[in-house]
Amino acid sequence: MCGIVSTMTTTGDRPVAARVRNLTKTYGSGDAMVRALDDVSLDLVEGEFTAIMGPSGSGKSTLMHCCAALDNATSGEVWIGDRELSGLKDKELTRLRRDEVGFVFQSFNLVPTLTAEENILLPQSIARRKPDREWYDSVIDTVGIRDRLGHRPNELSGGQQQRVAVARALAGRPRIVFADEPTGNLDSQSGAEVLDLLRRSAGDHGQTIVMVTHDPVAASYTDRVVFLADGRVVDELRDPDRDSVLEVMARMSAPVAD
Amino acid sequence: MFRTALKSLLGRKVRLLMSTFAIVLGVAFVVGTLVFSDTLSRSFTALMASTVGDVVVRPVGASGESEPSARTVDSSLVGELEGVEGAARVDGNVTAFGVFVVDEDNKVVGGQGPPAIGANWNDAPAGHDLEGMSVIGGREPERAGEVLLDSKTAGEAGYTIGEEVHLVTSGEQAVLRPTLVGIGGFPEGGSLNGATFAAFDTRTAQELLLEGEDAFTDIWVTAEPGTSQEELADSVTQRLPDGVEAVTGDEAADEAASAIQEAVGFLTTFLLIFAGISLVVGGFLIVNTFSILVAQRSRELALLRALGASKRQVTRMVMVEAFVLGAVGSTIGLGLGILLAMGIRTLFGQFGLDLSGQPLIVAPRTVLAAYAVGIVVTMVAAWLPAHRTGRIAPIQAMRDDVAMPESSLHRRLVVGVAMIVAGGAALAAGLMDVVPRPGWFVGGGILLVLLGVAAASPVISHPFLAAAAWVYARLFGTVGRLAGQNSLRNPRRTTATSSALMIGLSLACTMAIVGASAKASVDQTIEENFVGDYVVSSLFGQPFSPRIARDMAEVDGVDHVWAQRFAITGSGEDSQGVAALDPAAFEQGIDLTMVDGSAGALRDGTVILDEEYAGEESLSVGDTYDVVLADGPRELEVVGIYAENPILIFPAVTTPQTLIDAGYRDADNFLIIDTDGSAAVQDDLEALVADLPIVTVKDQQEFAEEQRAPIDQLVLMIFALLGLALLIAVLGIVNTLALSIIERTREVGLLRAIGVSRAQLRRMVTLESVVIAVLGAVLGVVMGIGFGVALMHALREEGLEVIDVPVSQLAMFLVVSLVIGVLAALLPARRAARLDVLKAISTD
Repeated sequence: MCGIVSTMTTTGDRPVAARVRNLTKTYGSGDAMVRALDDVSLDLVEGEFTAIMGPSGSGKSTLMHCCAALDNATSGEVWIGDRELSGLKDKELTRLRRDEVGFVFQSFNLVPTLTAEENILLPQSIARRKPDREWYDSVIDTVGIRDRLGHRPNELSGGQQQRVAVARALAGRPRIVFADEPTGNLDSQSGAEVLDLLRRSAGDHGQTIVMVTHDPVAASYTDRVVFLADGRVVDELRDPDRDSVLEVMARMSAPVAD
Repeated sequence: MFRTALKSLLGRKVRLLMSTFAIVLGVAFVVGTLVFSDTLSRSFTALMASTVGDVVVRPVGASGESEPSARTVDSSLVGELEGVEGAARVDGNVTAFGVFVVDEDNKVVGGQGPPAIGANWNDAPAGHDLEGMSVIGGREPERAGEVLLDSKTAGEAGYTIGEEVHLVTSGEQAVLRPTLVGIGGFPEGGSLNGATFAAFDTRTAQELLLEGEDAFTDIWVTAEPGTSQEELADSVTQRLPDGVEAVTGDEAADEAASAIQEAVGFLTTFLLIFAGISLVVGGFLIVNTFSILVAQRSRELALLRALGASKRQVTRMVMVEAFVLGAVGSTIGLGLGILLAMGIRTLFGQFGLDLSGQPLIVAPRTVLAAYAVGIVVTMVAAWLPAHRTGRIAPIQAMRDDVAMPESSLHRRLVVGVAMIVAGGAALAAGLMDVVPRPGWFVGGGILLVLLGVAAASPVISHPFLAAAAWVYARLFGTVGRLAGQNSLRNPRRTTATSSALMIGLSLACTMAIVGASAKASVDQTIEENFVGDYVVSSLFGQPFSPRIARDMAEVDGVDHVWAQRFAITGSGEDSQGVAALDPAAFEQGIDLTMVDGSAGALRDGTVILDEEYAGEESLSVGDTYDVVLADGPRELEVVGIYAENPILIFPAVTTPQTLIDAGYRDADNFLIIDTDGSAAVQDDLEALVADLPIVTVKDQQEFAEEQRAPIDQLVLMIFALLGLALLIAVLGIVNTLALSIIERTREVGLLRAIGVSRAQLRRMVTLESVVIAVLGAVLGVVMGIGFGVALMHALREEGLEVIDVPVSQLAMFLVVSLVIGVLAALLPARRAARLDVLKAISTD
């Protein structure tokens, strides 16, 4: 497990969208203390589609929540753009989430009382900002739900709902989009559509995307896979395919001699 | 299954708390009103039991009246009865009403309603050896110039033993200043229900209250041990002269209590109606809460189904939970209800009905009602949604967003409209007086209409909710749109929550309209008919000394003084007020429009009648008017019929001497004073009654104000009670909102995650709450106006001719409801804003 730190620096000259430094997150105290994150450092480069993988309890969701201003770290720093999150008040965190971050969750992604279009424009209308019409149109076309815009979530299929959620995440042109198991509740066909959509958003529009998943197929859509185990970054792959991901995973689950 | 039910109960503390809370409130309301009604009614029975001896000897016919008769039994009878077999002792009593205690600030002690009792002091035991009032400080009064007061009155007036007391009576000697020598009280507990009590020695009492006659208003014969009241009454009866009767104490107490209870009967009726309202409102709250709770748990119930529990087992589990909750809630509600009854007791104390010495009566019926209401309503409320859950396939219910099958809105609309139509018809029938017991029809009709509107509300309120959502979206942007959509997403819940407020407010509005109309009618009547320049009247219509009229006639600038006095004739249902006025008044300035006969023909032993009353009684000039006066039945010749005139308070008018001859006291009730218009006259007149705080001189405006005061007081009292109904409604909104927030935890989390700030979230919840409150208020006010105007139309015949809709007051109700909405949202909004975003998102 050597060379982890060195892989952190392979960012070249491209600007960093979010940066994590020495992030530690613990729950409980004394004997019952659990280290969800243990001194994690990571750079998320602009325009890159990154997957975070790891077995259950490896801390991948916690890492994402801390990066996305949804959770506080015990120590360490999280930067989104040029802002450091620790010490920000709830109001500032809320604004940050609204303006700089987009979310796609595994399930229950949409407000049931609003139409698809209203859901997509929700973050901007909350901020009382006029949507960029041109960008909005291109997002809708990319996502391919133009004919479903007037429908409520319960009139859409799971895949359609998730595509609306992706459109919402993209519509505000956030600095970074976080997706938490976005295909976890979808059949493989719909899942592939959503992953392809994320892939294209990163490739065609330069959108930074971070996705938590434990599906090697999903991970194969990304530019880079970061592997977590026991709260630490243990490995990393560039331009992964399904087999290389599986290989790393197999290596991780094998007993390791120190 | 029972253990699963219990565990599931304890597993959700907040929801448990909320639903128990709903039951507790509903039950507390019913219990509070029942306990207070019982206490009120028992207090009068208890009071009366301590005011009768084993056997009461009294003039025939002097029973069942609220005021002691002016007629007496001769004092020599006391000696004659002492030898009666089985009699331990014989005591003569002198009792009269209208002896007022005045405090040092020249204010009359005591409130409206309970009498100001004057009596001779004796320590005769009441019936069944009950200890009556006894001396608890100082000594009993022994000679003229000495008085004993009950401890509460003495305390309120601030008199201590040895001080000079200011008393006002309606006798010839209007002002007394005796020395306080003793304090009376009930060592075993008891109270005078707000009455005041001043006792003198027997001779002085006869001087003051019986114009010096050596007689008693009644005689108590106390039984020896072993002699029953009936036996003693039989032996006493054999010794009595004609015109005097002996009744047992039990009978006399019942008569007296029932007479008083009849007088305060409207209070008990009102409280029972109020208990009914509380039951309905509380029921709404419980049903609503449980529907939400079970709907929220549909997934959990479905899981049980999937694991092999039968439909019936699941339903039974919910019922067990409901039973436990109902039982616990009822028990707490019972306790809270007793506290509430104490609150109502204090409230009524403010209006002069003091029951502080009376222990609260918790009758078995009350306990039964508490548990019946709490458990039955809760179980029914739980059964409906549990049964509905049973109809969906387990695997469907376990999915994320289940749509609970609901009874169709169409059916609710049909049922609701049918109830409204039936209720409206019953109301109309009751108001038009074409059915027996119109009161029941009116009340039942109103209730049916309210329930019908509540049932149809999800449909008929839709335009309002949609409009509100539109306005919100325009005014508050996205947050407004979210709030508006939320109120529309479950119209049943929104409208059921607002229904509680609707019921309370519709009744408050009805009362506001009835009150305002009654006051407007009073004003109009006075304006149109005020004769003379001043009126002199007394507190509570108490009679006052005729000397005042004589003195006032002497004042410079006074042209005429017309004295009116009143007598109540007959008893019970046949009782009728008769007024008396010197016939000279009709020539001097009081103009009566005569329909037949002549007012000038009025002399002793004759009567003139109001046109409508004469019509009802089928009497015309020359007929005889049969009336039971204090000394027995009389026949008065009808000499004139006049068109309605509000100056004459009762529809039959005779001469003052006729009443005096019939045994009524020589005292006036109401003076009309005609002056030459000089301004100094009022001061001179007021100087004459300066030491009589019960008697006041008023011009037209002041008189009108005084006439309006009791209406204001009644309306205020009703508002205070309806205020409690509103409180329930507010708590209902809090409950529904809080449960909705729990239900929408993940949605709230999502909103927060994508950038909705805490302030925006709070605003969203508040806007939702305001929609619910304002919907309830709008429906309530609209229906209140309907009920109020309908009632007033029906009362037109009764002389309440003006219908006044107090617009500013109704507008205030709407504003208040807005505030209620904002306040009700405080806690749920806070809760929503405080939700941990991460936890909220990951909740199931």
